Amino acid sequence: MVTPAQAPAVVTEPTAGSTRRRRGLTGNLLFFRNRKTVIGLVILGFFTVLALIGDLIAPYDPSLPSEVGLQPPSADHWLGTTLLGQDILSQILVGTRGVLFVGLLAGLLAAVLSVLVGVTAGFLGGIGDEGLSLLSNIFLVIPALPLIIIVAGLLPDAGGLTVALIIALTGWAWGARVLRAQTLSLRRRDFIEAARANGESTWRIIVFEILPNLTAVIASGFIGTVIFAILSEITLAFMGVTNISEWNWGTILFWAQSNQALALGAWWWFVPAGLCIAAVGTALTLINFGIDEFVNPRLRTTGKNAKILRARRIRARVGFTPVYRGTGKEQS
Amino acid sequence: MRYLLRRAAFYLLTAWAAITLNFLIPRMLPGDPVRSLIARFQGRISVEATESLYILFGLDEQKSLWQQYLDYWGNLLSGNLGLSFAYFPTPVVDIIEQSLPWTLALVGLSTILSFVLGTMLGVWVGWRRGTWADGLLPVTNFLSAIPYFWIGLIAIAVFAVAWPIFPASGGFDPGLIPSATPEFIGSAIYHGLLPAFTIVISSVAGWILGMRNMMVTVSSEDYVTVAHAKGLPERRVMIGYAARNAVLPNVSGFALSLGFIVGGTLVTEMVFTYPGIGYMLFQAVGAKDYPLMQGFFLIITLSVLVANMLADIAYAVLDPRTRQEG
Amino acid sequence: MTGEPVLEIRNLSVEYGYDADAVRVLRDVNLTLHAGEVLGLAGESGCGKSTLAYAATRLLPPPGIITGGEVVFTSTRDDRRYDLLTATDDELRATRWEDTAIVFQGAMNSLNPVYRIGRQLTDAISAHRPEQSARQRRDRAAELLDMVGIPADRLRSYPHQLSGGMRQRVMIAMALALEPQLVIMDEPTTALDVVMQRQILQQLADLRTRLGFSVVFITHDVSLLIELADRIAVMYAGEIVEDATASQMYRTPRHPYTDGLLHSFPPLHGPRQELGGIPGAPPDLMSLPRGCTFAPRCRVALDRCRDERPALTATAFADREPHRRVACFQHEREAAAIPPSLTVM
Ligand SMILES: Nc1ncnc2c1ncn2[C@@H]1O[C@H](COP(=O)(O)OP(=O)(O)OP(=O)(O)O)[C@@H](O)[C@H]1O
Ligand SMILES: [Mg+2]
Repeated sequence: MVTPAQAPAVVTEPTAGSTRRRRGLTGNLLFFRNRKTVIGLVILGFFTVLALIGDLIAPYDPSLPSEVGLQPPSADHWLGTTLLGQDILSQILVGTRGVLFVGLLAGLLAAVLSVLVGVTAGFLGGIGDEGLSLLSNIFLVIPALPLIIIVAGLLPDAGGLTVALIIALTGWAWGARVLRAQTLSLRRRDFIEAARANGESTWRIIVFEILPNLTAVIASGFIGTVIFAILSEITLAFMGVTNISEWNWGTILFWAQSNQALALGAWWWFVPAGLCIAAVGTALTLINFGIDEFVNPRLRTTGKNAKILRARRIRARVGFTPVYRGTGKEQS
Repeated sequence: MRYLLRRAAFYLLTAWAAITLNFLIPRMLPGDPVRSLIARFQGRISVEATESLYILFGLDEQKSLWQQYLDYWGNLLSGNLGLSFAYFPTPVVDIIEQSLPWTLALVGLSTILSFVLGTMLGVWVGWRRGTWADGLLPVTNFLSAIPYFWIGLIAIAVFAVAWPIFPASGGFDPGLIPSATPEFIGSAIYHGLLPAFTIVISSVAGWILGMRNMMVTVSSEDYVTVAHAKGLPERRVMIGYAARNAVLPNVSGFALSLGFIVGGTLVTEMVFTYPGIGYMLFQAVGAKDYPLMQGFFLIITLSVLVANMLADIAYAVLDPRTRQEG
Repeated sequence: MTGEPVLEIRNLSVEYGYDADAVRVLRDVNLTLHAGEVLGLAGESGCGKSTLAYAATRLLPPPGIITGGEVVFTSTRDDRRYDLLTATDDELRATRWEDTAIVFQGAMNSLNPVYRIGRQLTDAISAHRPEQSARQRRDRAAELLDMVGIPADRLRSYPHQLSGGMRQRVMIAMALALEPQLVIMDEPTTALDVVMQRQILQQLADLRTRLGFSVVFITHDVSLLIELADRIAVMYAGEIVEDATASQMYRTPRHPYTDGLLHSFPPLHGPRQELGGIPGAPPDLMSLPRGCTFAPRCRVALDRCRDERPALTATAFADREPHRRVACFQHEREAAAIPPSLTVM
């Protein structure tokens, strides 16, 4: 699972990225030229399309039992069937929407919350900052998943919307923490100081000077929360905490588990859903790495550089500068 | 010292917040399901037990919220978390007492193992950046994007069903009675291996990536260059200068991630029917056993807080700047 | 003054980045340092002084890459000459700190924050002199601290417990741990206040008289070098443009850039880039002018200067000043010919 530990690069490097210069068109293009980002976006795009048209292209009704019973993949049922003879491919196709909907909604809400708390804390300083940081630290330390399980468990038949709300309410803290650190470092930059000296209002400064510079961090926090939300949602569905009549990939796994799919050797029942989760998760992490490398250039010996270095058998490293005689670079 | 005191104050505050949250949640949600459950046990349940459940869930409308809060604390401090519905009439505290050691052993050990292993691999991958060691990254990428429980399912399918070398479920051989005999301990370890392996595999990727990134960042610090300039052996530079500093943010990351990791590992227990908190929580959810769910949330949060505190102490030991003010 | 050559840098070229992104930061730099000499390296910020120091010791971090030349060190320790650019990692490790020690620019970050000062002083000794006992190493560390005027009980301090000046002096002490032949100092005093700066420089001068090592001293502050250095090399946009003894440099600067530097007396601290004496800004290393790199800012530049790049060669007065080199077509004109307006103060 994705842990916040993957993010410290962004936290410890508040100065490196997202300066004004980076905001230009070339900067954005650079981001989209990153191979990781592109792969991530393509996979995510594929699943987004499935989410939109999944129920239209699904060959069967996902809930409809049939007499075929438990069958491995075949020409009729590409991903096989469940014990009740339901088509697993259809379940996956129909379930995609629920997964992405909850993930994106929760991510969005959490991103809004984390911007509100993080940027305000970073910008205010003083008591307000202390209070808000304390609040986000408390939310960080309290284990979110058990809390979500309790709340969802107490609510009878929690549906997708409820789950998204609960996840957002518990999952905003990490983003707020990172944003606060970034805002703090931005606040001391010249152009913010200048805007303040010019008597621009706090809101104007936050909206027009600070937020645009936090785009990368907000995006990375958003994606992190989406991953967390998707994993939580699927876990909840797998545990049967949420409404099991709403199809998503977790529900499939719930039925697989409660029908002993493992003992029956019915790998097709739980492998495809898991691979889909992994694919979406990987896509999102790849996009986040793209953002990370965009923000923190030290992490990037860009693919191109790495290739050149490999081709020439140069190992770029600290402490022993490589000597390479005869590069093509002309004396300019 | 001041650092640790400040952290201790923070944990006390967080514990208070978690307990209060636990108090408030059932009061903000519809109380009818609990009421109907209590009604179902009517007659079998003693008057005091009913009262403690009323306190737990705020069903007594005569009392002010404040009075309820005080009663709640009173209950809590006397170790009364109500009775479990699913295992009626076992007190929640007893169930926690039974299952906590299993979770502490499994989750605690495998999380630490995963952290140590991941950190070491991260040191190595970060130090050898630009070599084939980078090839490990896509794998960790993929692993970090999969929910723990699914890796558990696959592990069972492969190592317990298709190629049965490990038991698929349980914490010990059902023929044995829990005791401190070597036979029982051996069986417990044997049953714990596959879940532990699952937890390590699913969480190690995060540590590798985090540590690798920190190594890359720290390697370009001046003091690492100075270490090279001094002609120190490579291992000494890598461990004593780069890794020694890079591990600091990783340790605080460890503390902050515990909440996330514990959530994931609890579900792993569920998959393996492991007799720890996670599996019992799952049972409680299935049986709509609200008192048990609440009790588990408290104990999980408090354990995470204690683990956090230990991580903070480790941090203080590792970083001289937190020890002395200067 | 000039003894045997210790460090000979020949045609050293350095780039940052690879292929299309590469910036050539040093172009065929030639410089020789002799035994017992203090060589000052001066120039505006960004001209490549640090790059030269790091490249010559193979400590330049990625994406730096050395693309040509040789750096020959003559070691009196074991009477050996070796080229640092062809040395293997192990050879480099064995010679580092024994032959050449470095005090880095911004010593604030040069100390490992999690180790005590004592450990950082002794670990170089234990790496190179494994035969010494822990006790000997400790005594040596205390002696080193004493040399730079820090009480020995500071050995047990962590870097964050020391002031900036103390950390700087610890770095100097550390550099002297193995009595190297050459100490490279990259702006060792820039971050300090004037009093501290004077004090450290005085100590350094004393230590040098006592121990007799050679020094490469890097700074923006030419006026400081005039006092401190035996010889000064002036860098501009990745090249050495003038190389002369301190007194020659002071009395008759032959390159217009040197002259500008001499007359600009940058403030000891405060904004570092501003050099009042020279109008304009250094060129972009990505797109250097075709001729002399200084021509666009030069008050005496002719058409030839804009077309052809002058090489660093002996001056027209080679009989009077044998070891002097300058890269300027106009160096023969008397210094007075430079319009007084250039020497704004
Ligand atoms: N990592 C890098 N990538 C690209 N260019 C770099 C890099 N590091 C330094 N440079 C360029 O190399 C040139 C020389 O830098 P260097 O640090 O050697 O200058 P300097 O003379 O030491 O300056 P200062 O007096 O400010 O220390 C500068 O123009 C700088 O822009
Ligand atoms: Mg420099």
